[in-house]
Amino acid sequence: MKELLILSGKGGTGKTTITSSFAWLAKNKVLADCDVDAADLHIILSPQESQRHDFISGVKAVVNPSKCTACGTCFELCRYDAIDISDTALVDDFSCEGCGVCAHFCPENAIDLVPNHCGYWFVSDTRFGTLVHAELKPGEENSGKLVSLVKQKARERAEDEGANLLLVDGPPGIGCPVISSFSGADLVIAITEPSKSGLHDLKRVIELSNHFKVPTCVIINKWDLNKSISEEIHEFCTRSKIRLLGTIPFDKRVINALVAEKTVFEEFKDCKAAQSIANIWHQIEKTLEEVKSEPEQRPR
Amino acid sequence: MKIAIASGKGGTGKTTVAVSLALSCEGSVAYADCDVEEPNGHIFLNPSIKGSSRFSLPIPVIQEENCNFCGKCKEICRFNAITIFGRTIMTFPEMCHSCGGCFLVCDQGAILEDKRTIGFVEWGNTDQIDFFQGRLRVGEAMASPLIKQVKKKAMEKEYDWLMLDAPPGTSCPVIKTVRDTDFVILVTEPTPFGLHDLKLAARTIFKLGLPVGVIVNKWGIGDEAVKDWCAKQGLPILMTIPFSRKVAEAYATGQALVQVQPELKKNFQRLLEELTK
Repeated sequence: MKELLILSGKGGTGKTTITSSFAWLAKNKVLADCDVDAADLHIILSPQESQRHDFISGVKAVVNPSKCTACGTCFELCRYDAIDISDTALVDDFSCEGCGVCAHFCPENAIDLVPNHCGYWFVSDTRFGTLVHAELKPGEENSGKLVSLVKQKARERAEDEGANLLLVDGPPGIGCPVISSFSGADLVIAITEPSKSGLHDLKRVIELSNHFKVPTCVIINKWDLNKSISEEIHEFCTRSKIRLLGTIPFDKRVINALVAEKTVFEEFKDCKAAQSIANIWHQIEKTLEEVKSEPEQRPR
Repeated sequence: MKIAIASGKGGTGKTTVAVSLALSCEGSVAYADCDVEEPNGHIFLNPSIKGSSRFSLPIPVIQEENCNFCGKCKEICRFNAITIFGRTIMTFPEMCHSCGGCFLVCDQGAILEDKRTIGFVEWGNTDQIDFFQGRLRVGEAMASPLIKQVKKKAMEKEYDWLMLDAPPGTSCPVIKTVRDTDFVILVTEPTPFGLHDLKLAARTIFKLGLPVGVIVNKWGIGDEAVKDWCAKQGLPILMTIPFSRKVAEAYATGQALVQVQPELKKNFQRLLEELTK
């Protein structure tokens, strides 16, 4: 089984729109949405939830006011400025990282560490196959761990189903959740747009995928919004020895399909953008075959 | 007044709005890019960078000759950054959250503090605007502590206006950015993705109890659902910015919205005036 990870660095370049089109095109696959912070793939896939599980990760400090003497030890030791002292110690849930140092050193044993319910993960049926996805509660910090969990469950599911592809919609950025989404990926597709911001952010994603030694290819979405920057991206790819798999034109019908909560193939199968995406998918299938022959390249 | 510009979904126009606000306001103003994973504000403001400081977090280094392998450090570490098997002890700096627990529990003097650079805080200015940004080192996961540092640096001086450009999403890094601000502007787009992520972002900001308003960017590309939802929630729509290919093309080359459409400047000014009331 192969694992294809879709990334972009910059948000809003078309990761989810294009991933959902790939979901329409790909055969025998399982889907995973690793943007657990603001997941959107389900909007297009309208999943029927078949499993819902709690995601519990780490702990939060809770002060027992009847034991607390407001001595200030926890306040002194907390490196996250998560504790204030008034009549008793007060923990700010949004700042607490659950390190447990306060509880360990509290002379009155007045701080308990309670398991932190950070969100949910789901297994759902969609018209394109099984989707594993998740929802992080607002303000939580364990998105990297939730990404790992989603990937692990999706991989298990794909093995059970005998799927030969795991298609992963990645999070934006290059931080914690993106780093987690890299593990086990056979091929990364970085989707960019022809803007200075798009190129700037693409460079950082490529640097990250080089760091993890995962083969990476690029797609320029909405390429005709600025042809000279598209050319610049092309040159950057050539210089960095990264394959530019193809370009997709700006097409209002892609947005119209999105508003109808459908893939562009279901609404406007013959439009230029759909044709470009289909061509790119063909390239990706070929590239996935190639990475197969060199399994030693895959970091685990 | 400290204003955070956030959004659930990426690519809706946070930076466009934050930069335009900074270019429109009167009085002393600073712009701080808190999207330390992918900072883009500099592309539009073109500041001259005057300084940069390395930002590091404390991590443990084991002095094996002092270690008696008692396991206390491993026990207190909730992030699996220290492991012991037999008489071998290892640390995993990339897992460390710098809570300081291991230093405190070690009674053998076997743990020293080392520094791990996670990124840089940079500052500079344009003609009118003081500029700050954080830049996370590629491969580093800990965005939040760096964001905190960027804010700290930007708040050393008092400004009439401080615009904080947030990362996308609703998790920890966003909270770090919007906390202790006076107002949060959520930028969205009129599509199902935009609406869905606006709901998540709004829920987060409500939970923090901060005053909030919405700017709908790329108005016209999608549907009316965002406006309907805002009306139902009593969330004020502060402004709509119509989609135009001209603006998208100018954005691509790093031109700020209010430079391409100077007539919008007074809309941003009016918006800021409203916020002070």
